[in-house]
Amino acid sequence: MIPNTVSYSQLLRLTWPEIALTLAGILALALDLTVLGRASLAARLRAGVAVACAGCIAALFLLGSSAPFAGLPAGMFVVTPLTHVVQAALLALAIFTLLLSFSVRFTGHVGEYLALILFATVAMMFLVATQNLLLIFVALEFLSLSLYILTGFDKHSRQSAEASLKYFLFGGMSAGFLLFGMSLLYGLSRSIELPQIARALSLFLAQDPLLWVAIVMVAIGFGFKIAAAPFHLWAPDAYQGAPTVSAGFLASSSKVASFFIFAQVVTVALAPAAGSGAFRAYAPGWVPTLILIAALSMVVGNLAALAQTSLRRLLAYSAIGHAGYMLLGIIAHSPRGLSALLYYVITYALAVVGAFGVLGALEPEGIDRIADLAGLFRRAPGLALCLLIFLLSLAGIPPLSGFFAKFYIFSAALESEPNLGLLWLILLAVAMSAVSLYYYLRVLKAAYVAPAPEDLPRLRVSPATRLTLWVLAALVVLLGCAPSLLLNVIGLR
Amino acid sequence: MLAWTIYVSIAGALAARLAPSKQLARILALLAALSGLALSLTALAHWQPGQLVTVANVPWIPQLGISYHLAADGISLTLLLLTGIAATAGILFSWNINERTQEFFAFYLVLIAGVYGVFLSFDLFLLFVFYEIAIIPKYFLIAIWGSVPRDAAPGKEGSQREYAAMKLALYSFAGSALVLAGMVAAWVMSGSVTGTHTLDLQALAAIPFTQHFQMWAFPMVFVGFAVLAGMWPFHTWAPTGHAAAPTAASMLLAGVVMKLGAYGCLRVAMMLFPAGLNPWGFHVLGFGSWRDVIAVLAIIGIVYGASVALVQRDFKFIIGYSSVSHMGFVLLGLMTLTQIGLDGAVLQMFSHGIIAGLLFAVVGRMVYDRTHTRQLSELSPMRLAHVIPFAAVTFVLAAMASIGMPGFSGFVAEFQIIVGAWRTLPWMAAIAGAGILIGIAFTWRALTTVFFGERPAHAGADHGHPLPPITLPEKLGSLLLLVSTLTVGLYPAILTRLILPALQSPLFDGLRNGAWR
Amino acid sequence: MTITELTSLPLFGGCLVLLLGRNRAVARALALLLGLCSLGNALWIWHGFNPALPGFQYEVWRTWAPSLGIVYHVGVDGLGVLMLVLSAMVVLMSLAASWNNEKHSRLYLALVLFLEGGLFGTFTALNFVHWFIFWELSLIPAFFLVRLWGGPNRNRASTQFFLYTMVGSIALLLAFLALYLATGTFDFVDLARLAQHGDIAREVAQNIHWGVSGDTTGMILFWAAFLGFAVKTPVVPFHTWLPATYAEAPSETTMLLTGAMSKMGIYGFLRILLPIFPREMQHALTPLLWLAVATIVLPAFAAWVQKDLKRTFAYSSVNHLGYCILGVCVAAKFTGADASLAAEKSAALTGVMLQIFSHALTAAALFWFLTLLERRAASRGIDDFGGLRKVIPVFSGLMGIAIFASLGLPGLNGFPGEFLIFKGAFPLVPWATAISVLGLLMTAVFLLTVIQKVFSGPVNPRWQALPDLTLAERWAFVPVIALMFAIGLYPQIITGMIHGTVMQWIAGVGL
Repeated sequence: MIPNTVSYSQLLRLTWPEIALTLAGILALALDLTVLGRASLAARLRAGVAVACAGCIAALFLLGSSAPFAGLPAGMFVVTPLTHVVQAALLALAIFTLLLSFSVRFTGHVGEYLALILFATVAMMFLVATQNLLLIFVALEFLSLSLYILTGFDKHSRQSAEASLKYFLFGGMSAGFLLFGMSLLYGLSRSIELPQIARALSLFLAQDPLLWVAIVMVAIGFGFKIAAAPFHLWAPDAYQGAPTVSAGFLASSSKVASFFIFAQVVTVALAPAAGSGAFRAYAPGWVPTLILIAALSMVVGNLAALAQTSLRRLLAYSAIGHAGYMLLGIIAHSPRGLSALLYYVITYALAVVGAFGVLGALEPEGIDRIADLAGLFRRAPGLALCLLIFLLSLAGIPPLSGFFAKFYIFSAALESEPNLGLLWLILLAVAMSAVSLYYYLRVLKAAYVAPAPEDLPRLRVSPATRLTLWVLAALVVLLGCAPSLLLNVIGLR
Repeated sequence: MLAWTIYVSIAGALAARLAPSKQLARILALLAALSGLALSLTALAHWQPGQLVTVANVPWIPQLGISYHLAADGISLTLLLLTGIAATAGILFSWNINERTQEFFAFYLVLIAGVYGVFLSFDLFLLFVFYEIAIIPKYFLIAIWGSVPRDAAPGKEGSQREYAAMKLALYSFAGSALVLAGMVAAWVMSGSVTGTHTLDLQALAAIPFTQHFQMWAFPMVFVGFAVLAGMWPFHTWAPTGHAAAPTAASMLLAGVVMKLGAYGCLRVAMMLFPAGLNPWGFHVLGFGSWRDVIAVLAIIGIVYGASVALVQRDFKFIIGYSSVSHMGFVLLGLMTLTQIGLDGAVLQMFSHGIIAGLLFAVVGRMVYDRTHTRQLSELSPMRLAHVIPFAAVTFVLAAMASIGMPGFSGFVAEFQIIVGAWRTLPWMAAIAGAGILIGIAFTWRALTTVFFGERPAHAGADHGHPLPPITLPEKLGSLLLLVSTLTVGLYPAILTRLILPALQSPLFDGLRNGAWR
Repeated sequence: MTITELTSLPLFGGCLVLLLGRNRAVARALALLLGLCSLGNALWIWHGFNPALPGFQYEVWRTWAPSLGIVYHVGVDGLGVLMLVLSAMVVLMSLAASWNNEKHSRLYLALVLFLEGGLFGTFTALNFVHWFIFWELSLIPAFFLVRLWGGPNRNRASTQFFLYTMVGSIALLLAFLALYLATGTFDFVDLARLAQHGDIAREVAQNIHWGVSGDTTGMILFWAAFLGFAVKTPVVPFHTWLPATYAEAPSETTMLLTGAMSKMGIYGFLRILLPIFPREMQHALTPLLWLAVATIVLPAFAAWVQKDLKRTFAYSSVNHLGYCILGVCVAAKFTGADASLAAEKSAALTGVMLQIFSHALTAAALFWFLTLLERRAASRGIDDFGGLRKVIPVFSGLMGIAIFASLGLPGLNGFPGEFLIFKGAFPLVPWATAISVLGLLMTAVFLLTVIQKVFSGPVNPRWQALPDLTLAERWAFVPVIALMFAIGLYPQIITGMIHGTVMQWIAGVGL
């Protein structure tokens, strides 16, 4: 039984990693503003990234050493092996993002930029480690705020500002929905702690129409966060307008955190109101709601991606499609489903960070349209190979991790209903993933097949970027060939 | 040992990619392919009939009951041999590739590795992984190095082959999507029937899935694989793909990749879900079971492929459609559900692999690379039999093999398929006979028009500078393929002693106790 | 000397000619030598063959692909021996005729030798599968001989030839696959034994379920197999490929086509249809007889109206083979245990074999003469010539002998065969025989017309300077003409060899 009071020493022990990260963020900010004020941009970047990375690494170590898995009262802060894994993944993604920002040229405010990335990561780490509706909302808003700023960080670009504003408006609205839904839940269950809510709901077994309103509101709120259709409209603009590194961060880390907490909310708190979307066995609940959203996302995302000519918009729409697949993991509402969701979202994040990393490396060349990639295989064979690996992983081609992720999440979802009741949904998902190959191949065709328009010089890519991309690519391949490595830590025995 | 066929190919791909010179890349690729062939031949030499050699079986993803299970029975070995032969010949016939040579051989060998992997996998998941690995290199081989028809609009040369490549990739992927869905379902069902999840083929084959499940899982998986086997009406990728591909790729495509589909049909769909072949218990339009449906599609493929080939004007398209027709025999053989028919089907996979390779080698490498046209009307006045007699002789022999002339492997295969069909699907056997006749007609038409055409009356004595002579690698490649088809044709026991015991193994118990007659 | 060696000699010899024959002189000498050796080998087998023993001799039996019922089984009986000698002889004649034809390169000679190998294989194989291999294999060189060295319309002719024969072959193949399905064997000897006891019909009824009765199934199989042989022989109305092909092929090739390849069809009737489908043949006797009669009579009329010597002789060839078909049909008629009728049947069958041999000899000789005439005059219209008797007397004389042999003049080789066939046929199927006599008559008419128009009459001034046969050519014809007389006067050379075989068949068909 968790004591009802919180001792500060305990709180400190539990949140060491977050504290370290926050300190690193402040330090990076302070250093940039004071000591390095006059140094060149490159030097400031180098120092800032070093400090930020050191902070992340320190946080990782602290995460590993702060063994006690415990929780604070009212589910305020719950540390389990699983949250550790997710937090570690978030930190790793933050490190990759930081390393890729070595070549950031769009801003002079290096310190603020790096600090924001770290603060957003802190927000996400809190987000995944709580089971309390209030804290979830606070962390989520903290995260969103950081992301709004990151999206609009390129002050010289109208697009960036527009994207940021759009993102902000949609985000604000979604926060409203979410808050509404959460308050309804509180009103129904008189608790803001997820397991307590479940207990309360199971008592009066949820025929209350207000519960369905709450479910829908929560789904809409999170739907915005994870960019699922039909709440996806901000995503293409944000992905396209945001600075590349921010977009990568937005598409990877925040997805991991949001999906994890979304899964927590619905599978833990709303467990008694699951319902079913099985063929000929429909029962109302959040599962059918999510199935609807998932199906729409898969269809809208993948079909819309077919028509894109801009690489980032293409990735944005593909992200919408992927959100649909990932929802399958939540729909499964089983331990295996959660594990599949985590595997999917983590490997997806790796590939997406990588893909945006490649785009970032191409940014100085002004490459944004698919056709601009022509001749990439000659100009930068390494980049082309990395892009191949990332995109094929996203398309779900074995032996890359994206394939196993799909297999696992489909299996988990199919298993969740007796008599293969969700087969129709799986068939839809599989069909859409076949569609997705087309647009990924279009990109690769431009990169590999089309000859360079004229004799363009070889591309120069900074060593840090190159190294990061290779590491990411290696991880994508490794996790695809040996999924057990990751499954062992997220496998919810 | 056999697992090394995969590893050697991957190592060869890396080595060829990193090779500093083009010639070195070629030689390294050839060495890799040859060692794959040598490994298969060694296995053949030491083969005990009826054995199932487990090459490797280690847990891979234990959380999901997936293991790295490589094994080979007679059917696998037959197709491994085919892969070795086709791969080696393909490299010999792509000796003249000068653009992005290293990458070409790298993609090529990755494809080969995937193919070897499929034939060796005894875990469905692993099989699927290798199956997909084979798709992507195919796309690039065609899109980058494909051949361009002469009448393509200027500036649009690439678009046709890119279209063909994309079509092929999407068809394959659509097919494999069905397979994936079936695989996921099989995984879930294995858990709900036995309590532990597995995708091991041997284990799955022993699981008594419900009739209802098999009834829909079978057609789904079968059709998924059959897309790649060129089953009508999902065949349309085949002719365009074959025609647009560079020689070596069309050799592999027709020779080996289509066999992946047919192999999947047999090894996965029919072996795991045999009850799907049972009668439905009712009749729709005269069809009483999935078997009837597929057999009819196979027959349509045979006749349709041959008929369309008969009216093509493009030499390569003729051969492309002929593949559709010949693969129809494989599917028909599978649907006879008799031992001799299945034996014939597997043999036909081997035989067609070799023969199609040979035909494409002549069309793509020997003729097209020299004359730069594939139009019959343009080839006819060149009287190629006099200009490149070696190509003519090779094509004559290949054509004979292709039309099922006795003494070549195609005869033994089609002959068994028809015996099987006589037993269980007599009408089909009769129509297949008609299909053979049309096959003879179009092969014959291509042969006489291209190689023994008439010089137009108004033309001069000579049509210009002579064509470059046939090179040594081409001769070696042709010889390899010809010897293979003749060996099997004259001594089919070399393969049937592998295939028949494999068909009698417990793996196929479900099939034998079910619809098998 | 085994049969395997006999068959492989020309096959490997053909490769050898291809490899060594860069110089045409070497090639033709080598080819001729190989042709001679093959004939020697065939005669050696003839010599070693003991006609008194029933069944097959020189048998070899090796498993090949047992799971598919494929066994390497070869052997010869009287018919086989006769066929071997005949084909070796015709091939040698054709090679000799090509001696001076510069167009006939080493490839041509090699193809002829391959064809010979195919013929040997066909005539000795006793298992359907490898019999079929050789049956088809002989088609390929023949096709290319026509396609590459033929006359102006060779494309059409060779296509027609190839496709017709292929249709027949596929039908044959399908029939045998079904038969294999029913009986589980491809072996001619086994099948014949089964048929003799009526087991095939039973097995067919048991194992093949096509929704029709077993007897009907048997009839379907029979007609399918019949189609294969009917096209090859050819039987009217499946003969339309023949005149075009014979006319377009180089005459040296036509010698092979008519002399040896057309005999493959008759051989099929004797080796396969008669022993394996005796019941079905009896059922179908009336239509078969009509076909035979049509094959005898109609081509004879057609030959009469031809303007081209080659086409005339082509139709004449069909007509002559019609007698063979008639003979075979007669042998199939059900006669019960009547010994005298059995003797008639034996006469007819003996006549068939004599006719096979003598027609091969005569037809090959006739086309050889045409080769020489064509080479000298570059023309072959019947009306183009006239009075050649005075210009080239030796040629005219020798060719006249051949024509009279073809006509069936007693004393020459054509007579005994036709006589025996008619003698046997008349008591058994009088109406068919009576109509066939009309064919005999027309044969005489058109052959005499040829003699009259070509050799007699006023000398066409165009041919005043036509050279007569050279010494070498004269010597080459000596054995041929001698053989014509020999068989005409002493047919026992052949009948002695085949008597045992014929008796066996009669016993088999007698039921």
